[in-house]
Amino acid sequence: MTTSVETATGVKKTMVLNMGPQHPSTHGVLRILLELDGETVLKAVPDVGYLHTGIEKSCEDKTYSQATTLTDRMDYLNPLGNNLVYALAVEKLLGLEVPKRAQYIRVMMVELQRISSHLVWLGTHAIDLGAMSVFLYCFREREEILKLFELFAGQRMMTSYIRIGGVALEPPAGWRDRVGKFLGMMPSRIDEYEALLTENRIWMARTKGVGVIKLEDAIAYSMTGPTLRAAGLAYDNRKVFPYSSYEEFDFSVPTRTDSDCFARYMLRIAEMRESLKIVKQAMEKISDSGPIKSEAAGIIPPQREKMKTEMEALIYHFKIFTEGFSPAPGEAYVTIESPRGELGCFIASDGSAKPLRCHFRSPSFINLQALPMIVEGQIIADVVACIGTIDIVLGDVDR
Amino acid sequence: MIAFLQQYAFWIITIVKIALLLFIVLTVNAYLTWFERKAVAHIQSRWGPHRVGPHGLLQPAADGLKFLFKEDVTPAGVDRFVYYLAPFLSLMLSLTALAVIPFAPNPLPFKILGEHVYLWITNPDIGLLILFAITALSVYGIALAGWASNSKYSLMGGLRSSAQMISYELALTMSVVGVLLMANTFSLQSIIEQQANAKWGVGFLGWNIIAWTHQGLFFPQIIGFICFFTSAIAETNRAPFDLPEAESELVAGFHTEYSSFKFAMFFIAEYTAMITVSCLATILFFGGWLSPFASTPFWHFTYYIPSITLIPFGLWVIYDGLKYETIFGKLILPAIGFAMFAIGGALIALPAVNDYIQPIFWFTAKIFVFLFFYVWARGTLPRLRYDQLMNVGWKLLLPVSIANVIVTAGVVIARSYR
Repeated sequence: MTTSVETATGVKKTMVLNMGPQHPSTHGVLRILLELDGETVLKAVPDVGYLHTGIEKSCEDKTYSQATTLTDRMDYLNPLGNNLVYALAVEKLLGLEVPKRAQYIRVMMVELQRISSHLVWLGTHAIDLGAMSVFLYCFREREEILKLFELFAGQRMMTSYIRIGGVALEPPAGWRDRVGKFLGMMPSRIDEYEALLTENRIWMARTKGVGVIKLEDAIAYSMTGPTLRAAGLAYDNRKVFPYSSYEEFDFSVPTRTDSDCFARYMLRIAEMRESLKIVKQAMEKISDSGPIKSEAAGIIPPQREKMKTEMEALIYHFKIFTEGFSPAPGEAYVTIESPRGELGCFIASDGSAKPLRCHFRSPSFINLQALPMIVEGQIIADVVACIGTIDIVLGDVDR
Repeated sequence: MIAFLQQYAFWIITIVKIALLLFIVLTVNAYLTWFERKAVAHIQSRWGPHRVGPHGLLQPAADGLKFLFKEDVTPAGVDRFVYYLAPFLSLMLSLTALAVIPFAPNPLPFKILGEHVYLWITNPDIGLLILFAITALSVYGIALAGWASNSKYSLMGGLRSSAQMISYELALTMSVVGVLLMANTFSLQSIIEQQANAKWGVGFLGWNIIAWTHQGLFFPQIIGFICFFTSAIAETNRAPFDLPEAESELVAGFHTEYSSFKFAMFFIAEYTAMITVSCLATILFFGGWLSPFASTPFWHFTYYIPSITLIPFGLWVIYDGLKYETIFGKLILPAIGFAMFAIGGALIALPAVNDYIQPIFWFTAKIFVFLFFYVWARGTLPRLRYDQLMNVGWKLLLPVSIANVIVTAGVVIARSYR
């Protein structure tokens, strides 16, 4: 298929290149139609929907607790963050208070998840630009994080560890040593990636000045997360609308001003280091004993011991797992800072045991809208770099 | 019968040599893929192939068989003649280039059919020119493959590759002119021999990369070498200049639509080109088969380096091989290890043979260093962008290598007046 465009020198033929949905570096099943003049991109049209899972719609047919497991599968690099935003929304709907200990555990897990997500991002972005080894180094460290998740939740990826009212399980024995070991190892590993990339002439040539997003544009496209912060605005939901006791943690929000692929790379590296700081603080704050779930009859499954001694507990247990709980009619909207940006969850209740509507404001989908603006006028190789640094996850785009 | 054979001795010997060289190069190719996968794997903290045979040593054989048995798909709408011609052209040209490479200075110590047998297929006076002519043609294989495949990704890959190879061809040729001026010849053998008269007889000082001969210090060709090797990596389409097959952008570039043995032909061509370029770098800048050490009696022990490497390696192969409970452990690996050990021992016992294999040993060792460098670069560096690649070629390498030529020419003239 060829189309003609008018140029200063006359009529020129262009070529339309169909990039994806099966392509090594569109990070999943993104399809982009590229109209090319030689290697230069004249027009880019992203086409989403190849990974549509219908999770939002499925949530309407599940009880509130059942839907938790579906949220894991949206943004598959950030399952715990999805759990958290969903749990926070339902808790807001119910007006439920979560014990401090559970909040700190949540913070720790979500920050570990942020590191693991950034590691996958860095690895795949590096392999897109041809740096093959960084990919394997990143996945080596991600493996350690997944092992931690397995330790805590029994699952590596789809943990469903953060539940409505708290977290699923008591932290396992020896978790402090394991997490401490990871924290001790990680800074030097991040230095290692930086040694391979940050001052590498080829890496700088590939990323500096590529895919620049002006701050006005970023705001106009309502981009959030690292893409926005790399443009210079220190907007981070953890600071602006603190949730889950983030206001008690001491961390900074790194920003850059150059807003190119290199800035976004440096920013995510800095964020990994900040996340390590938060995990460390959370470890200190988590006491060795205390509740990990709030007490709310009929909403939070009662403890096993109580079920064996109290009749009400047994009845509530039965009712929660057969018909669920019914929040009062109303709406709740909560946002958190996912590794990709502002992740929001809107839940509307009609007073039944199932949500009337459950909608996620997914950062990948919204950030992806800016892609044509960024890549038009660049060349094919930069398209790959730009897709990479926007950091989309197709599961998050399509829901 | 003997008379007949003697009459055509030259042809018979040449054909046998060609067959032998093909066999060796294809085997080396196969094990180069193994070596590359293994080395890159260890750079990346993985194991690499280790399932097929001990240390994955039979992996190349398995891969080769797989290529042969895969379905040979011809996509719809291809230009059939060109589509089939392209891989053939690539492979043929890259193998032909090896014909002019001299591997050792002296003929075999015995005559066959009354003829001296040299370790090269041909040694023309304009060897280097012929070599460049042949490698320059190999761009056709890739360009035609990209064009004939009827796929946009292939087309882009083919275009990129043609542009890349043509631009780097210039820098590549320019960067060796310094060497040619100093050697005053195009014959690869003479270029090596001219590097032999090193200052104080210390072998490596005489190499063109330092160029310190009895007549004093020439202009060292370090810049020339850097330009040469950088362009050579680009010329052979290897990382960090592997744009034509940039997986993340163009799927597999010009060979996206090739499968089965046609793909293997491109693959073999690429690896053969790597070997050719390594040979060339060795010959032009690193003294070819010359030993880096002086030939004084004190340095005589370096003659035993082949033995010193072979004997412990052979012992290790036996030790490692015995761990396997299959036929490898019972027979093959101990036998290979013992053979290495025995050859190492024989080289000490038979000084004449040892003297003869010295050039071959050093030549191989130097080529191996360059091949390792290729693999190392692939494991470490990101990929340049297309326009940046062109900038490096035209705006950096070409002017620098021309400057190198001018300075070298100046030095050569100044010396001729002294």
